[in-house]
Amino acid sequence: MCLTQHFSTFFVQGLANGFLYALIALGYTLVYGVLQLINFAHSEVFMLGGFGGMFLLNHIVHGQPHGVMSVLILIAGLIGGGLAGALTAFVLERVAYRPLRRRHAPKLAYLISAIGASFFLLTMAGKEFGRNSWAIKRPYANGNVFSIFGAQVQTDYLVIAGASLAMMVLLDRVVAKTRLGQGIRAVAQDPDTAGLMGVNIDRVIAVTFILGGLLGGAAGFLFGLQNGGSVSYTMGTVPGIKAFTAAVLGGIGNVRGAVLGGLLLGVVESLSISCINTNWTDVISFIVLVLVLLVLPTGLLGERVGRSA
Amino acid sequence: MSVAIGGRRRGPAWLSTPPARRLATCLAVGVVMALVTGKSGSNDAPTSGITGTFESASAYYWIAAGAVLWVVITAWQSRGAVVKSTYRSVTAKPREVFAQRRVKYPAYAGFLVAAVVLPNFVNGFWQEILVGQIAPYVLLAIGLNVVVGFAGLLDLGYIAFYAVGAYSAAYWTNQLPAHPPFTLNVFWTFPLAVLAAMLAGVILGAPTLRLRGDYLAIVTLGFGEIIQLVADNSGSITNGSQGVAPNSVPDFSIHVAGIHYTWPLEAVPGDHMPWYYLILGIIVVVIVLFHLLENSRVGRAWVAIREDEVAAEACGINPLKYKVMAFAIGASTSGLAGVFFASKNGVFTPGDFPFQQSVVVLVLVIFGGMGSIPGAVAGAAILQYLPQLLRSHIQQPDLFAYYGAILIAMMIFRPQGVIPSRRRAREIAQAEAGIGSADALAPPGEAP
Repeated sequence: MCLTQHFSTFFVQGLANGFLYALIALGYTLVYGVLQLINFAHSEVFMLGGFGGMFLLNHIVHGQPHGVMSVLILIAGLIGGGLAGALTAFVLERVAYRPLRRRHAPKLAYLISAIGASFFLLTMAGKEFGRNSWAIKRPYANGNVFSIFGAQVQTDYLVIAGASLAMMVLLDRVVAKTRLGQGIRAVAQDPDTAGLMGVNIDRVIAVTFILGGLLGGAAGFLFGLQNGGSVSYTMGTVPGIKAFTAAVLGGIGNVRGAVLGGLLLGVVESLSISCINTNWTDVISFIVLVLVLLVLPTGLLGERVGRSA
Repeated sequence: MSVAIGGRRRGPAWLSTPPARRLATCLAVGVVMALVTGKSGSNDAPTSGITGTFESASAYYWIAAGAVLWVVITAWQSRGAVVKSTYRSVTAKPREVFAQRRVKYPAYAGFLVAAVVLPNFVNGFWQEILVGQIAPYVLLAIGLNVVVGFAGLLDLGYIAFYAVGAYSAAYWTNQLPAHPPFTLNVFWTFPLAVLAAMLAGVILGAPTLRLRGDYLAIVTLGFGEIIQLVADNSGSITNGSQGVAPNSVPDFSIHVAGIHYTWPLEAVPGDHMPWYYLILGIIVVVIVLFHLLENSRVGRAWVAIREDEVAAEACGINPLKYKVMAFAIGASTSGLAGVFFASKNGVFTPGDFPFQQSVVVLVLVIFGGMGSIPGAVAGAAILQYLPQLLRSHIQQPDLFAYYGAILIAMMIFRPQGVIPSRRRAREIAQAEAGIGSADALAPPGEAP
């Protein structure tokens, strides 16, 4: 029953959400690749990215932009969000991770300091920016562009899919082809040997955080556009957990796996909306997480951490 | 790849010397503290918090305090070793004396007597804080200490088990839309709630603990959110977002052998001492049990798993079994505290169990010293007392920024906590020197 009626609508919506989860999941998976740690504060990187894009747009947008202006403003918003996310991730690495790395602290210590950082950023964002949600001045008017199998495809969905795909392809190229990507892969495989080969490990780890922050921040901005056109200081937590689920689903440490996992999770979630109801969406995603951990702990495409890379 | 990725450090050489960098860090800490303690912004004026902070003089006191901190640290760097060696000869003796049994146990008895007697001399407001804010959190911290401290795992959804306990109490006293087969006195809900929380812990922990321990952290984080959602959305079972209202979980009461006693809430307004003695009794029993547990076969197994899981497994310890056990024991303590909360408050809603509270309990344990029962008690007592003492200076929602900062600062400067367990402190030092792991986060069967 539930698969027929509004299925295609929910499917399209699910794909759009999936792209966002994938963008955030890339941040988790990149950091996991080089440090073998879950970056608990990534959800706050995402949130502050949303704020960065929102503040920039609300500053530069007057009236309703059209045509080329819309595109330019959208790109500006993505860059603004990405930069805010990257800055947060960079500071985060400096404050919450690097001092512990210097001391070779146990893994538990990293998790605790990351959760502390997440808590701190969340509270401070609420304190400085106010605890109500902020509306974003839209760079374009959202509307239905075309319909496919009875599903209305909105401008938002196209923007999210286009921007995400562009960023993912770019990231994939960076990791696979550039010198920097070579460094990231070398550190992921064996940090000690990479260090002996002349890779500046500190620099590579910082850049990895920045890359993840760029994607996460841009995702925060896109999320704000789509989700009722507003951002708030609590918006990071739930997408953060879901994106982590996506990263594990695809195989943590595996860049392409994160994308696949994100899309899959988005679709599964939309099916649960159409089959059950909205209140239970988060519960379903969580059950997916536990099931994945039980049945397929290494993810769909296999994990690539440290020794197994 | 012979050429380094990245470049040389730019700028004048003195900028990268340790004192200069330290000064920058100290001043940055001052600025951050100024922002944390300063004015709040709002949605109408998002920058007013930042500008407002730096318009008031207190911001510059904080920055000055940062500079003073730098002076102290710099002085300590040059003279610290001398001071420390002198000071050690002074402090070693009391510490040694305290470690002796004939001193230690009477001292603990003294603390207990103080805990029994002293609260009678504070006013009603502080008694209420003691019963409502401090004592339940001491119990929660002792329980989480088993998970984080003894077993070296991270549980970020600890308050969910508190909710399980509270809702169990409400269910078995027939205060929810779902009716139990028979209605019980609140006292009898203790074992049932503990059982329910323990079951939840095992169901959650058993599949997750087979994997890397950091997965447990995110699964428990998700579980914390889910419990709240489930309680919110299943109106026919839990009464949804209205919570246990307008009914309320009855007060504790005893009806045994002709003795009838009900813990007063409405009867004698402002009299919190019966409640206090009840939870003090629970806490003392739990402390004694966990102390025995720490020194039992189980406690030694936890130590072995923390220090070197592979070696522990080779000695015939089943790591999964002991990890699940620690997780379940922690969960059931939380459930126990939940029953107390339910009966004390009578009325509660799903909103009483937010994710933030889980992190607060974690802060209490980390601050006090993971793996140390006195640390957990002291950490909870101090950190739950301070916000009340400073409540005219700290806005309630900002409290969480302090908690977050405490977590980071403790991990950087004193990971073993304020009152460390000696063994745990040594483990952390060893792990930092490359021996053992000091936590149980590696997947079973794999070297850390």
